[in-house]
Amino acid sequence: MSATPTASTPSAPTPSAPVPASSADLRVSLGLTATDGAALRSFLHGLPAVDPVGLEARAAQLASRSIKKDTKRALIDLAISMVDLTTLEGADTPGKVRALCRKGIAPDREHPDTPSVAAICVYPDRVATAVEVLKGTGIKVASVATAFPAGRSSLEVKVADTRLAVDAGADEIDMVIDRAAFLAGDYSTVFEQIAAVKDACGGARLKVILETGELGTYDNVRRASWLALLAGGDFIKTSTGKIAPAATLPVTQVMLQAVRDLHDLTGVQRAVKPAGGIRTTKDAIAYLVLVHEVAGPQWLDPHWFRFGASGVVNDLVMQRRTQRDGHYSGARYVSVD
Amino acid sequence: MARLAVIKTYKLYVGGAFPRSESGRTYQVRDEKGTLMANAALASRKDARNAVVAARAGFGRWSGATPYNRGQVLYRIAEMMEARRSELVDLIVSSRGLSAAQARSEVDASIDRVVHFAGWTDKLPAVFGGANAVSGPYFSYSAPEPCGVVAVAAPDESPLLPLVSVVLPALAAGNSVVVVASEADPCVAVTFAEILATSDVPAGVVNVLTGRHGEIMPWLASHADVDGLDLTGVPAAERQQLEVAAAQTVTRVHAPHRAPDFTATPGTARMRAFLETKTVWHPVGAVSLTGGSSY
Repeated sequence: MSATPTASTPSAPTPSAPVPASSADLRVSLGLTATDGAALRSFLHGLPAVDPVGLEARAAQLASRSIKKDTKRALIDLAISMVDLTTLEGADTPGKVRALCRKGIAPDREHPDTPSVAAICVYPDRVATAVEVLKGTGIKVASVATAFPAGRSSLEVKVADTRLAVDAGADEIDMVIDRAAFLAGDYSTVFEQIAAVKDACGGARLKVILETGELGTYDNVRRASWLALLAGGDFIKTSTGKIAPAATLPVTQVMLQAVRDLHDLTGVQRAVKPAGGIRTTKDAIAYLVLVHEVAGPQWLDPHWFRFGASGVVNDLVMQRRTQRDGHYSGARYVSVD
Repeated sequence: MARLAVIKTYKLYVGGAFPRSESGRTYQVRDEKGTLMANAALASRKDARNAVVAARAGFGRWSGATPYNRGQVLYRIAEMMEARRSELVDLIVSSRGLSAAQARSEVDASIDRVVHFAGWTDKLPAVFGGANAVSGPYFSYSAPEPCGVVAVAAPDESPLLPLVSVVLPALAAGNSVVVVASEADPCVAVTFAEILATSDVPAGVVNVLTGRHGEIMPWLASHADVDGLDLTGVPAAERQQLEVAAAQTVTRVHAPHRAPDFTATPGTARMRAFLETKTVWHPVGAVSLTGGSSY
């Protein structure tokens, strides 16, 4: 390995080599020439171990930071613009998806200056409905694919699922990794599946869901993050939202360290998306503080950081009104989803 | 050797739990003679916000319960007060310097007041609702419904009877309550909350905040998710600002002009203040051109 990711110590900000154009170049620049099981294992197990006590203490300390007044107002708007407004239910009717899209366009109808969300996230067979409503708005359509949420199917089915969503017009694909293969140490299977799905995505950005609630340790989260980044994932995403615990601050911090280290080492910038369990404005602002402090200010952009959530938009809208009107609002004054 | 007194820290009662103030602040409560009696939480506007969220959650369960069941739960409060009678008497004696006999009579009156309102719950629909005689082929029926979350400023003149007299009618009508306890005398209010916590009242139905009325009440008055505001415990001079804030968010206000005499038999005004009347018009009788059956 010519360059070792350092995770907790900042590396040289500007890499001397040109920014790698492809995933293969990226791997070579990190000294990973082969992608067989042994090479991946030696790279991933060579990553520095996570100190869980220090990690959780730092996350808790950053979460307690007090954000007030203009900064709070700006962060509320930024958080709204970073939301992947999501509905992933068996009962998603086309009408429900259309209603969600309209909510994404104008989260607060009484205050038209409220920003739109970043994307609408639906199942593949609902992509066409969302694309139709969101045409011309700049809001992206994201679709989960690859036998979401368990990911327990063959690669052919996962690739076909991805094509279904891409052909329907999805701009972003949220795939799940094969957690069983990862936990069994079969890194090459996970790697190849991510690479194959990335291939099937074409121009769509790929979000790789690690399902951190099933990975067991922070070390595994770090390894899975790097594995997803090496295989070509544009985003690393914490969770499906179907498993508890979903996103937590410490887990997101490990993932932000991974993308920052990747950027420091190679100049390649990738995105992060915590999903599930982010319900209040306070939660959202704590994540934004984390992004700023762990990854850096250039990640404070909807292109580089997203929230996978649905309910948090209502709380953000209520807080936005509280800041603006000077009195508290209530859940009866925002839309029911 | 003299034993070191254990000074109690009275906390807030929000959503069925006893949290400290979000702000971490406390204040010292002194008895009649000026001796330190206890510490109490000094609630902030964010505690008030949390209490309203809890009250909104509690409202669904409380208003959805049958009036008969609500009556049983309120009666249970009286039973638990009876069990902690001596504790309440001691607190009132030390905080207000009343004689034991006076304190006992206040506690007795308070328990009786709870029983009084426990009896009202299943009579409200009959007294304030019923079929209306209307001229036309309609059956018109009115039913009183609770208005929602009621914010109450507890009166200051004595610690227990006024508190019970303002909280219970709102509860009997099916509302959930956020009550800001008397600032000088929060211990009795929090002890009352401890009684509520052990008497089958669902979490969030009553929430007790201790602290400065002047700090908390404006936020409750302007809160869009508060449906009713009881200003009995607010001096007349300070009411106007709160009433204006309440009007901005369409909140019902109950602000009696004369200072109420809580020792007198309570009327129904306090229950009526936080009831809304729903009237249903249903077509009945022959509406066909033939004048006969519409079948």
